Amino acid sequence: MKQQLDFIITSNKKLNKQTFLIKVTPKNAEPLPEMLPGQFVQVLVHDSSSIFLRRPLSINYYDKENNEIWLLIQNVGGGTNKITELKVGENLNLLFPLGNTFSMPDKNQTTLLIGGGVGTAPLLFLGKNLSDKGYTPEFLLGGRSALDISQLNDFEKLGLVYITTEDGSMGQKGLVTHHPALKEKQYDKIYTCGPKPMMIAIARYAADNNIDCEASLENHMPCGFGACLCCIENIKERGNICVCTEGPIFNTKELQWID
Amino acid sequence: MDRLKVKIGDLELKNPVMTASGTFGYGTEYSDFMDLSRLGGIFVKGTTLEPRQGNDYPRMAETPSGMLNSVGLQNKGVHYFVSDIYPKIKEYDTHIIVNVSGSTIEDYIGCTEALVGLDKIPAIELNISCPNVKEGGMAFGTSCVSAAQVVKAVRKVYDKTLIVKLSPNVTDIAEIALAVEAEGADCVSLVNTFLGMAIDAEKRKPKLSTITGGLSGPCIKPIALRMVWQVYNAVKIPIIGMGGISNWKDAIEFILAGSHAIQVGTYNFINPSVSVEIVDGILNYLDRHNIDSISDLIGKLDY
Repeated sequence: MKQQLDFIITSNKKLNKQTFLIKVTPKNAEPLPEMLPGQFVQVLVHDSSSIFLRRPLSINYYDKENNEIWLLIQNVGGGTNKITELKVGENLNLLFPLGNTFSMPDKNQTTLLIGGGVGTAPLLFLGKNLSDKGYTPEFLLGGRSALDISQLNDFEKLGLVYITTEDGSMGQKGLVTHHPALKEKQYDKIYTCGPKPMMIAIARYAADNNIDCEASLENHMPCGFGACLCCIENIKERGNICVCTEGPIFNTKELQWID
Repeated sequence: MDRLKVKIGDLELKNPVMTASGTFGYGTEYSDFMDLSRLGGIFVKGTTLEPRQGNDYPRMAETPSGMLNSVGLQNKGVHYFVSDIYPKIKEYDTHIIVNVSGSTIEDYIGCTEALVGLDKIPAIELNISCPNVKEGGMAFGTSCVSAAQVVKAVRKVYDKTLIVKLSPNVTDIAEIALAVEAEGADCVSLVNTFLGMAIDAEKRKPKLSTITGGLSGPCIKPIALRMVWQVYNAVKIPIIGMGGISNWKDAIEFILAGSHAIQVGTYNFINPSVSVEIVDGILNYLDRHNIDSISDLIGKLDY
């Protein structure tokens, strides 16, 4: 069940020049409901007339033990700037948990989780979930430079991590789609989140190699729960549907990204 | 709670707080966040005779204290509404009012005829003010002649409460309100969105796929309030006021300007339970000011 709840910020860490990890817990210590990888929250940005709408953010991790939600935020100005400026102890009002989840692989299937920049956010939660369920997920993280690679230690605890950066400052130089792992290894399932051109390239790679692939979309979302009909994606055979309720996770076969 | 009761035509509302079409889905989208039975009514998504895919993405642009949308009446058509949606929502303990849209007068008539027999739909809101469709929509609501024509035609086939939703994109909204009143409208609701535009300066491109769209949110409230007041001073039928309402104080302002009831729109996206908070806030206001009934406040602007 979706809910609106006031949270309190328990931690706000700057991971690199633009990326922040904010941890929040319910203000009145209400136990958090079950949440699934791929789901997101809608963050209310306080006291700002120029930032009118809530901002959707992936659930980076659900820390059951500490009753916390982790949010990975890239400060790209505007609303994200306001959120990253918040201090420990300040309030944050969230609508959550919203959206669907990734589908689990079949038994013994190999998985690769490909994230670009802050798009790695939901993949940590997914990776933990896969790992808890006995899978051995592998990760391919990409960015413009080493500064875009966040939470490397957390990912490394969950499985093998490959890295690419466009400037070569960390890992392989180039784009995630050029990483040799994609040529040398055989995966049964790919999950991806990041910039749309990256996800389209991965969807194409998956289609060419007959690999099942799921992507997390980030269309503009005023409401996040299927009321405003603004975040639509044109899906094969079904037409315009809401990314917020029927997604944000889609099998790339359903999308009109590639022919 | 009788203190909050108001009447719109034959329609008795338990309170004057309703939710605006296009911002509240079919109500079900909000049932996790609030108790729908606390509302005076729910205006469900704009419905057309034939299914509509709506406009292409992007359909939304954020603006200071508001947003532009160009959804373009995406819906599965009135027959789908009757067969698949109505059975799921008819037991709600609040009034369900369908917003009826069309491209031609025949569309409006066809859509209305499909709804007239539904027991639990006590009223329709005739949308002659959608700015986001190529044909019809707002075109009907921007001239007295065409507004009168569509209301006259629908009135002939609809004997329940007929509400007409007015466009603010006109020179004199009171004139349009008078024209639809003369053709038998039981109530006018106003305002729909203002035609607006947003541009991405860096890319030198419009932010909406349709270039223009409808502006809503707190930024339009002062203009909406002025229009409600002008219409109140012109017509005898009740008014449902809306335009940027985001708290109980806004709602009281619209009632003072002459609204019998109000609709909460865009702010539902920001705070999905704002409408019930407004009901509580209005009651509290009546208590503080020793006012017996909300009816005593309608149009009671002191000047």
